[in-house]
Amino acid sequence: MAPTVLVVFGFAVLPFLAVVLFAFLDVRLVDIPRLYLDELDFTGDNIAAVWGSPRFWSAAGTTVVYAGASSAGAVLVGLAVALALRRPFRGRGLVRALVLVPYVLPVVAAATIWKTLLNPGYGLVNAVGTEWLGWREPIAFLTTTSRDLGPVEVPVALTTVIAFEVWKTFPLAFLFITARLQVVPGDIEEAAQIDGAGKTRVFWHLLLPQLAGVMALLAVLRFLWSFQNFNDIYLLTGGAGGTEVLAVRVYTELVVRANIGTAGATGLLMTGMLLGVVAVYAWMIKREKA
Amino acid sequence: MRSTEDRVLGVLRWAVIAVAVTVTAGPLLYGALLSLRPFQSVVSEPLELFPAPGELTFASYPTAMAEYGLGGNMWNSLQVALATAALAIVLSVLGAYAAVRLRFFGRNAVNVVFLGVYLLPGIVLAVPLFVLLSRLGLTGSLAGLVFVYVAQTVPVALYMLRTYLVAVPSSVEEAAMIDGCGRLALIRRVVLPMALPGVAATALYVFMIAWNEYLFALLFLVADRDRWTVSLGIAQLTEFSVPTTVLMAGSIAITVPVVAGFFLAQRLLVTGLTSGAEKG
Repeated sequence: MAPTVLVVFGFAVLPFLAVVLFAFLDVRLVDIPRLYLDELDFTGDNIAAVWGSPRFWSAAGTTVVYAGASSAGAVLVGLAVALALRRPFRGRGLVRALVLVPYVLPVVAAATIWKTLLNPGYGLVNAVGTEWLGWREPIAFLTTTSRDLGPVEVPVALTTVIAFEVWKTFPLAFLFITARLQVVPGDIEEAAQIDGAGKTRVFWHLLLPQLAGVMALLAVLRFLWSFQNFNDIYLLTGGAGGTEVLAVRVYTELVVRANIGTAGATGLLMTGMLLGVVAVYAWMIKREKA
Repeated sequence: MRSTEDRVLGVLRWAVIAVAVTVTAGPLLYGALLSLRPFQSVVSEPLELFPAPGELTFASYPTAMAEYGLGGNMWNSLQVALATAALAIVLSVLGAYAAVRLRFFGRNAVNVVFLGVYLLPGIVLAVPLFVLLSRLGLTGSLAGLVFVYVAQTVPVALYMLRTYLVAVPSSVEEAAMIDGCGRLALIRRVVLPMALPGVAATALYVFMIAWNEYLFALLFLVADRDRWTVSLGIAQLTEFSVPTTVLMAGSIAITVPVVAGFFLAQRLLVTGLTSGAEKG
């Protein structure tokens, strides 16, 4: 046990404490070679700078929309597919395996394929759209911030990265909901059907209440993971087109602006928000049990 | 006599299944098909999905591997992922065994910390790890990357392994100990063989995480092209005007081991060795 704890502490717990430290230090990347523990200047400037920056708050808003929409989408799509595949049919095993493809696909491969699919020049989606669906021009899905569609403004790039996240993560929801469906006792459902309840009513009054717990847990977990997602968005848009989320901001502060202090402060505030979500969820669970 | 409701739901069901299969497997198939066509034909005929007779070509694969250096990158990824899986398994078998069988001070605290690490944003940890490894001069080294991956995967591996180790009956262990078996020998000779399918599945899972990882590879290795992992390599190539057919070939090439590993892991988990180990 000792070596295990050592590695995890060394590469996960200590670093987190270091984030807290950096958030209150005035350090840049160039200072690293001359960084010693005994001569640190503490300052609240980083937190203040990040807190007062409109870019941080717009990124925070984008992150909440992104995480909320993609976790809700993933759970709902997972539920729909799990219900559709509930009763056995020939080839169900194959369909189940195929549905898991987005989940096991390496993120870089998935993003590269999507970028090609959505390419305005030779991508399949735009080719189908202009050829058969009567689009006047190809849509640059990954760089367009917003687009007028009659009454509503659609944030194109943000919607696209949300769709990607739903696509990539709904198989997890599908697996969990399927597992839960398998232990739903069949006799109550049968009784309800004999008494004349239609399938929709059986779903609302019998199935959904039993699935609610696992769906809520999945939604929270997916929210936490999507909230911190860096790879998918960075690979697809690089944060352009109104898709700059907090994780991308941390990266920009760290690598592009080479400012460890503000990167740490952004990361710290981000972690604080996550802890807030966890606390609310824990409180809700507790209240339900009481 | 079926009601209207049943008929509508029946149609809806097949619609959902059809859309789900198209949307999930479609992109992978699309990538695979594009990788087999010449780039010129993809640009001029984007709607032609299947390679026309006579234009089927595998040339994109050697081009991606040799000319664009993805072959070397794959070798780096393989080394990193194998080292990560091996180290993570050794550490988490010991850890998981301790968590299951031994009572020690602070056990619950350690569990909470591990769960916390699992939920903590990778991008937040990236800041200090980047600073630390720069300070130690380990950026640009594959060894530094392996340590980061091990720390990231050990908590997950521990959780997975715990469930498999719990399934090993403690009476078998007690029997071995009465026969004079020590703790480490016990783990190696009794516990591991019995939990082997679970251990192998966990190792594959860790291997896949390391093989797919992108963020830390980007942070630590981007300056040194010879050390790029294959995920980083493909992502970097998309920044340049590399023909998409080559990118598709690369994407398919990194996907094949993952998909193979996934199905292998599923196979392994179906069979358990513990059934029938105890008498009566």
